[in-house]
Amino acid sequence: MSTTYLIKGARVLGGDPADILVRDGVIAGIGPDLAADGAEVVEAGGLVALPGLVDLHTHLREPGREDAETVGSGTRAAAMGGYTAVHAMANTDPVADTAGVVEQVWRLGREAGYCDVQPVGAVTVGLKGERLAEIGAMADSAAAVRVFSDDGHCVSDAVVMRRALEYVKAFDGVVAQHAQEPRLTEGAQMNEGEMSAALGMRGWPAVAEEAIIARDVLLAQHVGSRLHVCHVSTAGSVEIIRWAKSKGCRVTAEVTPHHLLLNDGLAESYDPIYKVNPPLRTADDVTALRHALADGTIDIVATDHAPHPVEAKETEWAVAAMGMIGLETALSVVQEAMVETGLLDWAGVADRMSTAPARIGRLSGQGRPLEAGAPANITLYDPSPRRAVDPAAMASKSRNTPYAGMELPGRVVATFLRGRPTVLEGKLQ
Amino acid sequence: MKRHLISAADLTRDDALLVLDTAEELARATEGSMKKLPTLRGRTVVNLFFEDSTRTRISFEAAAKRLSADVINFSAKGSSVSKGESLKDTALTLEAMGADGVVIRHGASGAPHRLANWVRGSVVNAGDGTHEHPTQALLDAFTMRRRLGDLDGRKVTIVGDILHSRVARSNVLLLNTLGAEVTLVAPPTLLPVAVDTWPAEVSYDLDAVLPKSDVVMMLRVQHERMNAGYFPTVREYSRRYGLDAERMARLADHAIVMHPGPMNRGVEIAAEVADSVRSTIVEQVANGVSARMAVLYLLLGGSEPAIGKEVSQ
Ligand SMILES: [Zn+2]
Repeated sequence: MSTTYLIKGARVLGGDPADILVRDGVIAGIGPDLAADGAEVVEAGGLVALPGLVDLHTHLREPGREDAETVGSGTRAAAMGGYTAVHAMANTDPVADTAGVVEQVWRLGREAGYCDVQPVGAVTVGLKGERLAEIGAMADSAAAVRVFSDDGHCVSDAVVMRRALEYVKAFDGVVAQHAQEPRLTEGAQMNEGEMSAALGMRGWPAVAEEAIIARDVLLAQHVGSRLHVCHVSTAGSVEIIRWAKSKGCRVTAEVTPHHLLLNDGLAESYDPIYKVNPPLRTADDVTALRHALADGTIDIVATDHAPHPVEAKETEWAVAAMGMIGLETALSVVQEAMVETGLLDWAGVADRMSTAPARIGRLSGQGRPLEAGAPANITLYDPSPRRAVDPAAMASKSRNTPYAGMELPGRVVATFLRGRPTVLEGKLQ
Repeated sequence: MKRHLISAADLTRDDALLVLDTAEELARATEGSMKKLPTLRGRTVVNLFFEDSTRTRISFEAAAKRLSADVINFSAKGSSVSKGESLKDTALTLEAMGADGVVIRHGASGAPHRLANWVRGSVVNAGDGTHEHPTQALLDAFTMRRRLGDLDGRKVTIVGDILHSRVARSNVLLLNTLGAEVTLVAPPTLLPVAVDTWPAEVSYDLDAVLPKSDVVMMLRVQHERMNAGYFPTVREYSRRYGLDAERMARLADHAIVMHPGPMNRGVEIAAEVADSVRSTIVEQVANGVSARMAVLYLLLGGSEPAIGKEVSQ
């Protein structure tokens, strides 16, 4: 029999204090002054209770790059960040483009047990953008894949993209596009603009992202399919998505924490810790992304947690790997960028980081409202302390965080996965 | 002055003038001879060249040797050092050798910035990718001063592949610091998208700009741009943006023609222009040694006077 927990005095979605009774993996009751014999009490005065966070965009690196991250270390990092489910991107080695690989990743997640691991299937064989992978087999597998993405690569061929969008309709799937026109970004290093001109680095124009998004929303509209846009990074992309939604297009979109907080001015140091795909954009883009997340044009926050070993970043910018880790700092960054600025309340955070990503990924047991009868996926968060980010203290196997030494608010105190704490008192269980 | 010279923007106006004045003194002190000054005796300068550039390496080597520094040439071209992680390993090796100064040429923009994080000695950027080449800008400014005097209000036109040119970036910054007015002339494909944020005018019309220019600096057209679709053909580029004798005739009598070398004769500059009295191309080579001596002296010389005069750092 599993332990019963009585969470005392938590502010559910930032509201008035209430007690939450967790029994047999579900929320047994929620309200003031609950009591339960034999329950383990978790003092949660001052803490915000959120539904367990759901990440639609995580790179766990296993199989293939276990030196950077494993399903075990990545899910521990996820739990420490308040996540109860992550979508593992398909760009592993071998690529997750068959039922066999997605089932392997799914099983590794079950064995690790720190959070649900929902594999993302590749759209095309080997992420090559040429032939559709066996999408149906992955959908029918034990992993029940619903999100398909060649992330890291753009499905740039319009016909392949159209077929993928059509094909996934058969099982209510969604194609998550990494929008990057390949010819416009050959050798690109950073956002094309004032900074790239001054730093003498090959520019990555906003239009390379926006042109693909524009094409894809028109395609999705034409064939009536669901499209998800990964890591939106420009003000122009926001405008296109806003327009598409106004026309009834079934498009959803994500923004990463780093695109909500950091801008391309950081490249001035030539420190490739800030090298990421898509690149950090201008301060004006950051402002547009924050407002788009607030008004719902952008539906969710997704981390694009991208672990890399030290040597992949201790180099010249041009040869460094692209990407940054983000699972353990996401909630703090969202608090800093969205809550402290008054753009989003905690209910909004719950929607953007749990409810909506679970809906897009069709995860029925995740992202449910905190109410009696729901699976007990709960994150307890203390928004009050400010602390300097310490990479050495992270559960991820990699250390490529752009926030090292930066002061950010908040701390995940506890994470419950179906009633079992994966994190308690800020420590992995 | 700052400890490193990585960007021309590292130099204040006073710094830049100090370098140019020091270069002038050092040039006079060593003129006509291979006379050595004892200034940097006991100091070690490493020439770390990840990219082939015999001209620049020899220039730095001569500069360091004329100041009596010990010079170690470390050519990484062609070795396994083209991989990034080796830059850090190389830096650690240099640390072990006790390099006081590291002169680095590298194909990646920003490599000198990275190196500066890993070594204690002064880093001098001898050209990084498509970013900067500050000692080239200093030797160019030195050359202009010798021909034209004070640069305040002088009109300098830089022509060619601005987008990929480290020479152009450093020159725009330094010339602006020194009060000159810079005009960039190039086909629109070879200008950065945000060039309007630079402290320079932009024109697509070389003929219109030439009559009011005191200096015309022609940039080399790199071979790798010729087939990358930046302009239709080399012939068309040459017609629109090359400097031939006919165009040169539009210049004012005092105006000079510069080129950082190596030249593509017949492409961006005609032979009769390169070899004319307006051309400073040969002087630029000699002036390069003086300018680099000044930089090395000011960065590594500590409190010792260069040639009997106290120079503050
Ligand atoms: Zn991506």
